[in-house]
Amino acid sequence: MDVPIDVQSIRDAVARREVSAVDVCRAALERIAALDPVLNAFRFVARERALARAAELDSRRDGQNLPLLGVPIALKDNMCTRGVPTTASSRILENYTPPYNATVVNRLEAAGAIIVGKTNCDEFAMGSSTENSAYGPTRNPWALDRTPGGSSGGSAAAVASGMVPLALGSDTGGSIRQPAALCGVVGFKPSYGRVSRYGLLAFASSLDQIGPFAASVKDVALVLSALAGHDPCDSTSSQVVVPDFSAALASDGDLHGLRIGVPRHLFREGVDAEVMQAFDAAVEVTRNRGAEIVEVTLEHSPEAIPVYYVIATAEASANLARYDGVRYGYRADDATTLGEMYDRTRGRGFGREVKRRIILGTYVLSAGYYDAYYRKAQQVRTLIRRDYDRAFTNADVIAMPTSPTAAFKLGERTEDPVQMYLSDVFTVGANLAGLPGISVPCGFTTTRIPIGLQFTGRTMEDATVLRVAHAYERATSWSKERPVVAPELSR
Amino acid sequence: MSNTFSRGDVERVARLARLELTAEEKDLFARQLAEILAYAEQIQQVPTEGVEPTSHAGDAAALRDDRVVPSLPREEVLAAAPDADPSTGLFKVPRVLG
Repeated sequence: MDVPIDVQSIRDAVARREVSAVDVCRAALERIAALDPVLNAFRFVARERALARAAELDSRRDGQNLPLLGVPIALKDNMCTRGVPTTASSRILENYTPPYNATVVNRLEAAGAIIVGKTNCDEFAMGSSTENSAYGPTRNPWALDRTPGGSSGGSAAAVASGMVPLALGSDTGGSIRQPAALCGVVGFKPSYGRVSRYGLLAFASSLDQIGPFAASVKDVALVLSALAGHDPCDSTSSQVVVPDFSAALASDGDLHGLRIGVPRHLFREGVDAEVMQAFDAAVEVTRNRGAEIVEVTLEHSPEAIPVYYVIATAEASANLARYDGVRYGYRADDATTLGEMYDRTRGRGFGREVKRRIILGTYVLSAGYYDAYYRKAQQVRTLIRRDYDRAFTNADVIAMPTSPTAAFKLGERTEDPVQMYLSDVFTVGANLAGLPGISVPCGFTTTRIPIGLQFTGRTMEDATVLRVAHAYERATSWSKERPVVAPELSR
Repeated sequence: MSNTFSRGDVERVARLARLELTAEEKDLFARQLAEILAYAEQIQQVPTEGVEPTSHAGDAAALRDDRVVPSLPREEVLAAAPDADPSTGLFKVPRVLG
């Protein structure tokens, strides 16, 4: 039985009963079983739950119009799923099974999608390589000795290797876009507030956003329509009307009348030559499709990384205070007093990077340092937002490489936090300013490692970003390239 | 602003954060946090007089009516706890005073 690989075709085939939801689900589960021992993309595979749900969809007579009917999807392991373990790849939640669903889970299931499992990530989404998982790193399907990026590396690798056609990740400083770039798939961070975060284990609440990974922009648009919209359970979710994202993709891929801003002053150093070459070629493709290319300046972008690490760690130190061994998760069992129990539970339950960030975040919020670090960072954040506002008076979207380098080797940056943080130099701006951003494949290095192209748009203009990315994707064939993880395992 | 971050600083902050660290972690973090803070120092050079701080990137948080709505079943929540007494509906912890 041939199961289609793109979301629309799967949905249509299941709706026409050419293939059953159970067959689609089985094919995904088989591929996961074959590849995951190599890739470690999954934390947990919800096999029985997924098959039961698929059988239920097959028996329904009213499912034909569901937009994601029978489509298998994987969720980053920081989104709560009732009855399915949710650990954020941390020891401190090793035994946690949530009693409730994240809003995205309810919306996906209402749309007919089938959740097949939870994917590996950096612990509490803190990292850029998925090496900070307490359960071992995920490997890049294009080169097994390299990282898939992070923090949503498991979701990116699962889509890149064809285990699932769709996955969700969360993006606080680039955690969807950077792994999408490093794994050669499409990854989209919606505008802040576009998708509810109820049930997402919070890292930095003013920056976190849930978004999808898929093999194409069209598939991203389909799932985004199912996810977006106000949720009474998340007071930061926007009330702005949700457009039809699929309808916003121009069928002819024409970009006349659209201005693409390029902040060339940011590329003078630190960007790999092959990445720069692929980026320049990509910009030419959009020019040939009719876009007007304009130079823009994001004056305070060089400060974006330090601003991000002050703000994100400050918020994380507050958000992670809840993991204290009282209500859920791990508890150190050798403490004789409450205080000792807190200290030991947190000291043993959290991994190194999480502890490092809690210490940094607590420090920048502590008496005597708050104004110099935290308040100062919030002020520079305002300047960064104003830079984008100004740039968007001359341009409709801004194009940058997603990551300054292609996928790096496992272990290469783990000893040097600042070097690892620089992976996010082109992505954190969108989080600080609340903007939508997408990464689409735009080429390969000479050793055949994928390179990503990023488009960022005005807040709540997610549809424009998708339209430009779609037009670019249509004009090239990079998104169609797939890795061969192990020759004997490929379909 | 000084760029040094001593082992004592790590210990002081770890106490605030209720985090037990090993001796090795204290030394490692002191060194790494000094590096990270030195890197973060560049934001001090940016003139920000009179600039309003940004605390979040969205619209103002939506307000809703303050109504009582059903929440999670107590027994399910207690079942997720490391130690609880379902009959009284309480979480159990080690004694509070040392």
